[in-house]
Amino acid sequence: MTRYLVRRIVTAVAVLWAAYTVSFAVLYLLPGDPVTTMASGGLDGEPLSPAAIEALKARYGFDQPVVVQYGNRLWEALHGNLGTSIQTGEDVRSAVLAALPPTLQIALGGLLVAVVLGTVVAVVATYTRFRWLRQGLMALPSLAVSLPVFWVGLMLVQIFAFDLHLLPSVGSTGFRSLVLPSVTLGLPTGALVAQVLAKSLQTALDEAYVQTARAKGVGRGAIHLRHALPNAVIPALTVLGYVAGNLLAGTVVVETVFTRPGLGRLMVQAVGVQDIPMVQGIVLFSAVVFVGVNLLVDLVYPVLDPRITRGVPATA
Amino acid sequence: MTELLIRPDSTEAAAPAGVARSEPLSRKERRRRLLRFLGRRPGLLAAVVVVALVLLAAFAPGVLAPGDPNVGVVADKLRPPSGAHVFGTDYLGRDLYTRVVHGASLSLQATLIAVAVALVVGGLIGLLAGFVGRWVDEALMRVVDVLLSIPAILLSLALITALGYGTVKVAIAVGVASVASFARVMRAETLRIRQSTYVEAARAIGTRRHVTLVRHVLPNAAGPVLVLAVLEFGLAILAISSLSFLGYGAPPPAPEWGSLIAEGRNYLATSWWLCALPGLTIAATVLSVNRISRALDGEWARAR
Repeated sequence: MTRYLVRRIVTAVAVLWAAYTVSFAVLYLLPGDPVTTMASGGLDGEPLSPAAIEALKARYGFDQPVVVQYGNRLWEALHGNLGTSIQTGEDVRSAVLAALPPTLQIALGGLLVAVVLGTVVAVVATYTRFRWLRQGLMALPSLAVSLPVFWVGLMLVQIFAFDLHLLPSVGSTGFRSLVLPSVTLGLPTGALVAQVLAKSLQTALDEAYVQTARAKGVGRGAIHLRHALPNAVIPALTVLGYVAGNLLAGTVVVETVFTRPGLGRLMVQAVGVQDIPMVQGIVLFSAVVFVGVNLLVDLVYPVLDPRITRGVPATA
Repeated sequence: MTELLIRPDSTEAAAPAGVARSEPLSRKERRRRLLRFLGRRPGLLAAVVVVALVLLAAFAPGVLAPGDPNVGVVADKLRPPSGAHVFGTDYLGRDLYTRVVHGASLSLQATLIAVAVALVVGGLIGLLAGFVGRWVDEALMRVVDVLLSIPAILLSLALITALGYGTVKVAIAVGVASVASFARVMRAETLRIRQSTYVEAARAIGTRRHVTLVRHVLPNAAGPVLVLAVLEFGLAILAISSLSFLGYGAPPPAPEWGSLIAEGRNYLATSWWLCALPGLTIAATVLSVNRISRALDGEWARAR
């Protein structure tokens, strides 16, 4: 058990370090640094003097060799310092943390929508004896991932805010403003949940214990919900990291569509002004979430299914 | 990931793909078989028609919509869909249908670049990792794992931050963000083929490694990777239209599918067609591409 834990944690740290390196390579090695962009009059329209450019470059460390920059920034990042925003001069870490609460609200809302929708579709599709219903339900996930997320959001606004006047179209005040963003965010994620759960439910239903239960005379519904579903949920947990990443990435579009503050908006604004430290901070944060959730799943998994650490391959 | 999303029947697809009939079919028989195959699948037929129309719009927009997408009659602004303007008109009186048709070329061009970047770079990484093996494989696949741990749209946005705006740059950003899935599939295929008898035979008769790689491994590994490329086409259309919606694509007044919807957003309360119809065009295209990808992925081989 300890070896399993240590290995998982080492892998997680290695992936984070590599994510840092990849984002550094993308943002700092490609041509064009933000100081040059600012100097060409990108922000207030007035070109800067060469001396001012040098001073700015020195302030943000762009004048040093790449290896030194990488070392310094990694060292700082290890101490929790992700640098300062080039646009606002704000500390990146506190800006990300400040943007987090409104994003968490819709991410949790989206998770709720995704889990409820996904579970209902998967359970009904594997339970029903009507072929057309099963095929119809199982076609929904591929339909849901084929629609542009921003368009779904706008159509929901059109129908529920402008035509029916049921919910507010934009803003972030009150519970009612959460409904449409959560649904928009949750639909594609729900599609993923539905597919994964339906697949593992089908596997669980073919297991011997289901036959045993049937032979004992347990009803079909009880077998489905009490025997197969709990067993099917465990393998489905492995996609939780993707689900979290999906939700986080979805906020970029959803927060723009619904004009809500949050991490996604912060990202869009930072990209707009080439705010490299801020963009890297947000990318790293998403990698931390992905790795963290996966680590959590890895740690909880052996508790739910003890066969894993004992080296016996799980059948499900 | 993409497999989970769009291929519900991939388990069935794995087995009989590539099993050839013993005697070759004549051209007439083959055509009859294709017609029967499509005739039994009206959805697939519709998908082929939609994709054909979109391709026509991309390469010869004048055939479907002879007008100029950037010229409008201001007196006719914000007209709902009618006989004269099938998709209605926008706030400058420009015909939305013409703009959607002409937008197909920019959007599709970007999609093709994105898929090509992902296919070539990802394919090479996968081929190298699978064929060379050992530490090269380890190192390359760790990089791929890392790329997978960052959500695609965030990775694309980071690349756009570094590269700048524009259709081609957005396309490259989307392509790089999907390199990882191609590398994985290509590596798996290469590993499978490397152990096959004909590769062993090639080695036994003294074929050099790089010749084996190009002559034997690459062509045989290409199938599943090309299916993935078709699937990726749909995903790339979505990703590119999202980034164009956020405003990173071609500057106005160029009609990109995503930016058309972004423009229409300001008139959402009064003019539904400005958002709804371009969005439906994107959705129809993506659905059709996915349907075709599913057909290529074994459905054709199974239907014998």
